Amino acid sequence: MTDHILNPEKQEYNITVYTENQIGLLTRIAIIFSRRKINIESLNTSPSEIESIHRFNIVITESEGVVRKVCRQIEKQVEVLKVYYNTNEDVIWQEMALYKVPTDQIAEKALVERLLRENGARVVVIRHDYTVFETTGHREETDALILKLQPFGLIEFVRSARVAIIKHSEGFNRKLREFESMEPGHEPGENEYLDKRDKVFTM
Amino acid sequence: MRVEFGEKSKHNSALKTTFMDTAQQELTATEQKTTIELSGSAAVLEALIAEGVKTIFGYPGGAIMPIYDALYDYNDKLEHILVRHEQGGIHAAQGYARTSGNVGVVFATSGPGATNLVTGLADAQIDSTPLVCITGQVFAHLLGTDAFQETDVINITTPVTKWNYQVTDANEIPEVLAKAFYIAKSGRPGPVLIDITKNAQIQKFQYSGYTCCKHIRSYRPKPIVRREYIEEAAKLINAAKKPFVLWGQGVILGKAEKEFAAFIEKAGIPSAWTILGAGAIPSDHSLNVGMLGMHGNYGPNVLTNECDVLIAIGMRFDDRVTGRLDKYAKQAKVIHLDIDPAEIDKNVQTTVPVWGDCKETLPLLTELVEAKQHTEWLAKFREYQRQEEEQVIQGELFPTSEELTMGEVIQQINEITGGEAVIVTDVGQHQMVACRYAKLNNTRSNVTSGGLGTMGFCLPAAIGAKYGAPDKPVIAVIGDGGVQMTIQELGTIMQFNVDVKVLILNNQFLGMVRQWQQLFHDKRYSFVNITSPDYVKVAEGYYIPGQKVENRESLRPALEAMLNHPGSYLLEVMVTKENNVFPMVPQGCSVSEIRLK
Repeated sequence: MTDHILNPEKQEYNITVYTENQIGLLTRIAIIFSRRKINIESLNTSPSEIESIHRFNIVITESEGVVRKVCRQIEKQVEVLKVYYNTNEDVIWQEMALYKVPTDQIAEKALVERLLRENGARVVVIRHDYTVFETTGHREETDALILKLQPFGLIEFVRSARVAIIKHSEGFNRKLREFESMEPGHEPGENEYLDKRDKVFTM
Repeated sequence: MRVEFGEKSKHNSALKTTFMDTAQQELTATEQKTTIELSGSAAVLEALIAEGVKTIFGYPGGAIMPIYDALYDYNDKLEHILVRHEQGGIHAAQGYARTSGNVGVVFATSGPGATNLVTGLADAQIDSTPLVCITGQVFAHLLGTDAFQETDVINITTPVTKWNYQVTDANEIPEVLAKAFYIAKSGRPGPVLIDITKNAQIQKFQYSGYTCCKHIRSYRPKPIVRREYIEEAAKLINAAKKPFVLWGQGVILGKAEKEFAAFIEKAGIPSAWTILGAGAIPSDHSLNVGMLGMHGNYGPNVLTNECDVLIAIGMRFDDRVTGRLDKYAKQAKVIHLDIDPAEIDKNVQTTVPVWGDCKETLPLLTELVEAKQHTEWLAKFREYQRQEEEQVIQGELFPTSEELTMGEVIQQINEITGGEAVIVTDVGQHQMVACRYAKLNNTRSNVTSGGLGTMGFCLPAAIGAKYGAPDKPVIAVIGDGGVQMTIQELGTIMQFNVDVKVLILNNQFLGMVRQWQQLFHDKRYSFVNITSPDYVKVAEGYYIPGQKVENRESLRPALEAMLNHPGSYLLEVMVTKENNVFPMVPQGCSVSEIRLK
């Protein structure tokens, strides 16, 4: 956060990486960041909508220039199919959080219904000894519920990595078919970043 | 989790593999997708043969013994060079790849054998050298148990390989090796490491032949060239008054030397080279204006900041080439031709990126550029060259001082060989002198460690270079520091009668570090004073003839004796102790602030 304030060019970027499902690829991608001393703030990796293709969501705070270079290095890896980077404005994103609180405390002292409504939270489990709430949202929203639950003896808290959907994405199915063709078409061979540079030709 | 190889196995009907004799008969008899029982080890060697490999540089050990056992039966098809250290093995494979243009192959065992490859992998990665390294690994069931000679080779080598993979099942071997060779040599080449557990080497499996890999869905080695970028580039070049070409190893790796020459000759553009680009066109080509960078030539450095269009071809704007970036060619429009999109805009912001294989892009560009001669502009380079000749080169190549200079040794070699030799260098002052002054008539005749600056590279690389270019004289130009890092490879030269001429330029210092200490650290010579053994005696111990030269009269006859000697030879030349390499762009300075003294 302080980094962000000191370097106004820096902002959060959401990096989306489509890869083969291969042992060691996480390391190959992670060291691209660590080598440049860039902290990964959030990392989610899970199977995509297409069988055998994995999707990484990586969040870093950097300037666009750095993000672009890093993305090209990632895309260069043999088992990486495609990399996109987007600002927070370009994506819809969520993090999920779970909160474990003592049932007696929460039942006796809190207005549970109001708490759930105000925070868009759900109850996942109720036992005699503890209750687990769940909420999804941005960091501020999941943080807000921590503050509210702390007075009732919050026992445990966990938050997931960020998952993000790109607003302007058409999905990956069509692209994948192009990748699978033996002859490279124009499309998969295109470099998104070079395409963004139309302006440079107006000399 | 496992790689998907399913797609390609469908194409296995086209069997081109040379099997062992019985297997061959069995296959041709049926003409069907027949399988034979083969060990994983034999499958590795079949793959190498199918890929056209003739020479392997390696060193055996416990975890790779099954492969070496199989090699015993393949002695007639594969030549194995037993090096003296795995680092020597991988540098030799690099030298081989650089002079031959083929993929270099290395065998090493697990643990220390594999970790000894790391320096060479890093060197090959940064200098884009195609290698396939095969390392043995402990049995799969022992992985992660700290077994004897177990190291996590895959993770250790991940940052320094283009691709790596661990095989634990023999069934994977044909397709993994096909992928390895394809990845190593396609696109921007690089080193690949395949780690094979001992059980997979021993395992018998049903082998259905070897199919070369031509496609990996997640990997695009090169794009389809987009004409609009070529057109923009041509427009810029045609409008330029002072165009300047910088070329790098990409021209050589892309085997595009002819296309490159045709381009610069039609457009009449003065052209300068990075250290790894040397030799792509002959040293005496009329448009070759010299070397770029920290110890490059005067004109190319100064005029980088005067040209109006900078055309970079297959080079990556290394900091040793650019000097201070914020003062680098700021006045120029930049055209960058490269096969690796990650290089475009990495260090220098380009005006027109031309992403593609220069073998394809250069002819398209040549077609669109106007035939021109930039006579006045070229004359400027020649004027700077004249000044450099006067103030630096003359004194270095034709010294009047009593002591010998490194430059005059290289000059004498030029005169004797006429520029036909392969010059392999180590790292440091002698490297800069050799690369600056060596006359190169042919492509792939300059082998040096550029990006990584690996001392100890030269001697083993020269061995490999000789295997890659058996018909050319190979001269290993080494300093007294670097030679002592891998001197054990004299044993390899001895055992395999490798005709390498070992030329040690001994200034009794770690010269380049000493030069920096003199110039930038108030002459505080901290641990740069290095002593040497009697190299001639060391060579003699390896049954390699040699001699030591300390004065000018004996230099020429000694070099002639070395070059005329049939077989390996060691010549130690004592050169002046405290000579500095100039010109020099001091670190943190702009290329136009290059100093002649």
